[in-house]
Amino acid sequence: MKNPSLPATEVPMTQGAADALARAGFSRRAFIKGTGALIVSFSMGGALRTLDAQQTRAGAFGEPAAPDSPPPGEVDSWIAIGSDGGVTAYTGKEELGQGMSTAQMQLVAEELCVPFRRINLIVADTSMTPDQGVTSGSQSHPTNFNHNNLAGACATARGALLQLGSKHLNIPEDQLVAVDGEIRSKSDATKKVAYAELVAGKKFDLKVDPAAKRKPASEWTVLGKPIGRPDMPAMATGTFEYVHNVRVPGMLHGMVIRPSAVGANLMNVDESSVSAMPGFVKVVVKKNFVGVVAEKTWQAVQIARALNVTWSPAPELPKHETFYDHLRNQKPTRDTMSVNSKDVDEKLASAATVVKATYYHPYQMHGSVGSSCAVADVQGEKATVWSPTQGVWHQRATLAMLLGLKPENVRVIYRRGSGCYGINGADTVTYDAALLSQAVGKPVRIQLTRKDEMAWENYGFAFTIDERAGLDAQGNIIAWDHEAWSPVLGNRPVYTYPGNVITGFLAGFQPEEFRPRSPAPEPANFSNNSNAIPSYVAGHVGGADHGAGTIKSERALLHNVVSPFWTGPLRSPQRLQNTFAHESFMDELAARAKADPVEFRLRHLSEPRMLDVVKAAAKSANWDARPSPKPRAASAAGIASGRGISCVAYEGDNGFSAMVAEVEVELATGKLTVKRLVVSVDAGPISNPDGLRNQSEGGVLQGLSRALGEEVTWDDHNVTSIDWRTYHSLPLGFAVPKVEVILLNRPDVPATGAGETAITVVAGAIGNAIFDATGARIRQVPFTAERIKAALAS
Amino acid sequence: MSSLSLKVNGQSHSVDVDPTTPLLYVLSDDLGLRGPKFGCGLGQCGACTVLVKGQAVRSCITAVESVQGVEIMTLEGLGTVDKPHPIQKAFIEEQAAQCGYCLNGVILTAKAFLDKNPKATEKEIQEGMSRVLCRCFTHTRMLRAIGRAQKEMAR
Repeated sequence: MKNPSLPATEVPMTQGAADALARAGFSRRAFIKGTGALIVSFSMGGALRTLDAQQTRAGAFGEPAAPDSPPPGEVDSWIAIGSDGGVTAYTGKEELGQGMSTAQMQLVAEELCVPFRRINLIVADTSMTPDQGVTSGSQSHPTNFNHNNLAGACATARGALLQLGSKHLNIPEDQLVAVDGEIRSKSDATKKVAYAELVAGKKFDLKVDPAAKRKPASEWTVLGKPIGRPDMPAMATGTFEYVHNVRVPGMLHGMVIRPSAVGANLMNVDESSVSAMPGFVKVVVKKNFVGVVAEKTWQAVQIARALNVTWSPAPELPKHETFYDHLRNQKPTRDTMSVNSKDVDEKLASAATVVKATYYHPYQMHGSVGSSCAVADVQGEKATVWSPTQGVWHQRATLAMLLGLKPENVRVIYRRGSGCYGINGADTVTYDAALLSQAVGKPVRIQLTRKDEMAWENYGFAFTIDERAGLDAQGNIIAWDHEAWSPVLGNRPVYTYPGNVITGFLAGFQPEEFRPRSPAPEPANFSNNSNAIPSYVAGHVGGADHGAGTIKSERALLHNVVSPFWTGPLRSPQRLQNTFAHESFMDELAARAKADPVEFRLRHLSEPRMLDVVKAAAKSANWDARPSPKPRAASAAGIASGRGISCVAYEGDNGFSAMVAEVEVELATGKLTVKRLVVSVDAGPISNPDGLRNQSEGGVLQGLSRALGEEVTWDDHNVTSIDWRTYHSLPLGFAVPKVEVILLNRPDVPATGAGETAITVVAGAIGNAIFDATGARIRQVPFTAERIKAALAS
Repeated sequence: MSSLSLKVNGQSHSVDVDPTTPLLYVLSDDLGLRGPKFGCGLGQCGACTVLVKGQAVRSCITAVESVQGVEIMTLEGLGTVDKPHPIQKAFIEEQAAQCGYCLNGVILTAKAFLDKNPKATEKEIQEGMSRVLCRCFTHTRMLRAIGRAQKEMAR
């Protein structure tokens, strides 16, 4: 922006990094120096508070920040005010396409009382921004918009500016107001002082005060408004810089050669098979990692194809056809009990009716539309990487391990990639780029092939889920038992596991160890992080009810087993799969009780916010209240129509959503047409209604694609979902249903996540609508026409 | 390697490349353009789309030698931040993107389609976009933006 752009001297970096930094606006430290002012510390007296443990934890899940991160408990780690009055804010919560930069700029503008256009937000760069773990798990709003971190820093700074303004103007603080980057007298508009005059070029030198006064939502002028994303014009005109567009002088191009089969080891690489090819620079081998470097991209592609590599035979993969039963029989297991009233078997024995069903959810992939890309410049003891990773500090720590460098000599700069929806190839391709760059001592760019992206990513979890419940004579649920099996291998690399993704593993690092544990210990604390606990039970743990429902007899047990493929978080990880099972099963119970599915849900829910989202969706959809299935009217065209409902208390308390789906099914073929999807969303106070709407609409249709077509498949040795013909994503041209999003604004409660709530309820709502239309129950995702036809026949 | 001449966004360029190189790599690497993007390399997703003589073409599977001397337009050539084409303007106004990676292919495919079918119905537009992929599933907004641009372009 308008700030001086000088090379930072304190941060080790290559020239390319310095150039990129200059392009980004300025360096954090140079910014302070560039003003020409002394760094003066204010003594804010009463505003000083003891740094508590909470303030050192800026990450999404409460993990401590890296030791050399800008300290999250300091205001200066989050904001700086320049001599021109521009505000620079620093965040670890990235813009992945979900609109988080816009919402954070609104937050800063609002709390600090400066115009939106004067905010320059610096996103995720280990040389400048605090370690906030990963941008994931619907944690960005809870982490930065409630009272700590970015929100707390801004509120603390506003308080400090009011104090300074009071001294400067010699007017008591209670007669002053902060507006448009100035402190003004409430009664005399001529008495005012600009922030720049009060603090420009100086540090605040203040602890973030968790009790600093926040602006109430009733006074918001920037937050809560549908402000358009500042990056949109550049994206629409092809000028936006994605990581794919990063160019560093002298940059070479890489490609990788992955194993011939899952579990195969490298036997031999014949460099002479390619060394005479145009543009050839090097073949790079590190244990099972094989890559090539060339002068141009097309040359690297051709060299990678031509390279003669021999791999060992690999053991056969478990059969895809019988995989769900295979999961159930795997040993050892790691068992987790989320809730256990210890009377479930007894209650089921006394129930008037016992209902049982099993649900299946496949591995699914992130399948970014652009395959993952990174640029690395590793020279000697220093490395700079431009990466689409969701966690720059995690990437820095694990990349340092992989390269044998000191973490403080590695700089990771986030650059947006193609939408990731969780851990796609972003981390692994950053390792690829860095290994290749280290081997040639020059900057290297690599973008994975479509197949390398799809065949080796960390897939979203497969699940086999048994549900059992008992109904009393009046049709009320008296006990609910949930037992699930799900395979895991690797994960996000966090700070210590490069082997949690494929490149780190190939280069010699092991994934995080699978630690068997059976039987599961009884739950000591309540957590519904994976939505293993249905919304309809009491969630009684540690002497209190924490659940969203009323059923007292409850058990939720998970068995993790070892996966043949890498796994990791995919938008609404586990929560989506469990919710599909719970909501389908709730519908089966309502049908058995001959109750209306909405009324039946309301009857078993206690959480007011859940009641509200269910009622809101039902009302907007003009819900046809009656038991399912719908009495079949013989239609000339042989098409049956129906409606279904589904809902979730996301992670128990991190957002609430309900959906009504309306579908048509062609009875002869099983062909499904989804006509209308009405979704209600409660994410607490709404930062940007258009942004939330966009996220919810996208979540709904992505959920539809996952419910209807997406499934990772494999043969005896390899994943066979390797392109868009073998992995079925709904294209832009499918018959898009009418999508209606109802936002429930709750200004007076803490902000919750919003990116993963709507997607979570889709499969359940559609499956329930199919049942309503046809009387056939689909218990396996995806709902292909063949599966629907088979269910119709049975 | 051989010297080829290309006409991109109204400018002539001479590039020294392997003539079998996919056009996409020449546009991105040799000419430094950011619009066309590698998505699949198989012509399946549309992210690499460019207009060749007004036709939407997948540059990841188009050899550069086959488009010598003919007019090629990328997203940058369609309009600018200050002077966006009506389709680009409609996408900005409708906030019709999330990550935005697919926007290049979506906008240029829509441009070629609307030029040929200015009076297309909503359903026909949807069919016209059938081979383009958006994994953020911004579909409703994108189709709305194309409809909005269609009206604007008809004026």
